[in-house]
Amino acid sequence: MSDEVIVKLNVNGRDHKVMVEARKLLSDVLRDDLHLTGTHVGCEHGACGACTVIVDGAAVRACLLFAVQLEGSQIVTVEGVTPGDGTLNPFQQAMQDCHGLQCGFCTPGFVVSMTNYLDNNPNPTDDDLKIALSGNLCRCTGYRGIINAARTVAGLPVPANAADGSDH
Amino acid sequence: MKPSSFNYHAPASVNDVTALLAEHGDDAKVLAGGQSLVPMLSLRLAAFEHLIDLNKVEGLAGITRSNGTLRVGAVVRQAVAEHSADVATSVPMLAKALPHIGHFQIRNRGTVGGSIAHADPASELPAVALALDATIEAAGPGGTRQIAAADFFVSTWQTALDEGEILTAVEFPVWGPGSGFAVEELTRRHGDFALVGAAAGVQLSGGKVTKAALGLFGLGPTPLRAAEAEAALLAGADAAEVGRVAASGLNPLDDIHASGAYRKQVAAVIVRRAVQAAMQEAGA
Repeated sequence: MSDEVIVKLNVNGRDHKVMVEARKLLSDVLRDDLHLTGTHVGCEHGACGACTVIVDGAAVRACLLFAVQLEGSQIVTVEGVTPGDGTLNPFQQAMQDCHGLQCGFCTPGFVVSMTNYLDNNPNPTDDDLKIALSGNLCRCTGYRGIINAARTVAGLPVPANAADGSDH
Repeated sequence: MKPSSFNYHAPASVNDVTALLAEHGDDAKVLAGGQSLVPMLSLRLAAFEHLIDLNKVEGLAGITRSNGTLRVGAVVRQAVAEHSADVATSVPMLAKALPHIGHFQIRNRGTVGGSIAHADPASELPAVALALDATIEAAGPGGTRQIAAADFFVSTWQTALDEGEILTAVEFPVWGPGSGFAVEELTRRHGDFALVGAAAGVQLSGGKVTKAALGLFGLGPTPLRAAEAEAALLAGADAAEVGRVAASGLNPLDDIHASGAYRKQVAAVIVRRAVQAAMQEAGA
């Protein structure tokens, strides 16, 4: 029914031109057309946060946007949040150090969300972090390692004994 | 899990939007933040031949204060309003409601006007608009008109907007000194739709409540104004009594999340907490 349209997108600092149907979700354009498969598609209706990307400085669900809406926007995916010299950004490094991932499916969403959140909120409280993390779902870790990774970057105390229940 | 095909329109003016709506009628839908609409499209609960994107329409994005009201344009992002000093000082009830909506990633895209036009009875902003007697500005083929919030919410997801009309702004009254506001809700998890919620506003003068506003959500097919509970508050009732009065008039339905009886019982508690917090902020 609808014709394909040409959309110019800037992703991770590079200009791209894609020809897509208007109904094509940003998450699918990133993965299928630009082969940036770090953006994961979980629930595909805005609930799980696995597809989170940064659009014009703000973390958003890529599955709730049509690429056609984003002509002229600056998009950053998980591939674009690293320093580019082979090292990890502080939250990625903390995720590794704190064992914040198991299967890894949700990890790009957490990394993009928290990289953006901590950039904009460098001095959060512990409760702020838990609320900020609530928009991403993880089915493996029980969240403990992820919260501790965020605490590490924010300079908040990380409980020494993760099993003492003080962390709930 | 993919939306069905549609033609995408990104008009630059409100007149272009209303012209497109007049041309396509029922086959067209306006898109603001898309945080409710796009999931419905993806789940194929809704399908439209034409989507009309409001995000590039001129004049819909500002927050302006004038003559005792704060005007919030239709596509002001919830996150922008949440962090706006104008909203915090002029309409604290709105500022307090916004962090309850979804998650920060949702609020980065979702809009104040979209939430009110979507009119989900369990969402916060319709109840705030109703409690504060906000005015909804609508534009249609015949020009613009003002709709009182009390007349706007018709039923679940249904508003007084005519076919061919869009919400262009919401005007919230600014309360004077001695006011206090609170938004309380019960959710299973942070960011979920509220099982029960209340938005309360009070203004005190000489230790007495001289103005009261109480909006409820998650408790009926529309947001509800708790008029009898407001009267009790003005008559000097304490917060617990106001909560009981507010709950006594409710007949919430059962659903998969909670029974109606449970919602009714919790409503008394949530209203009490909201009134207590609003009174405290007002200096009682």
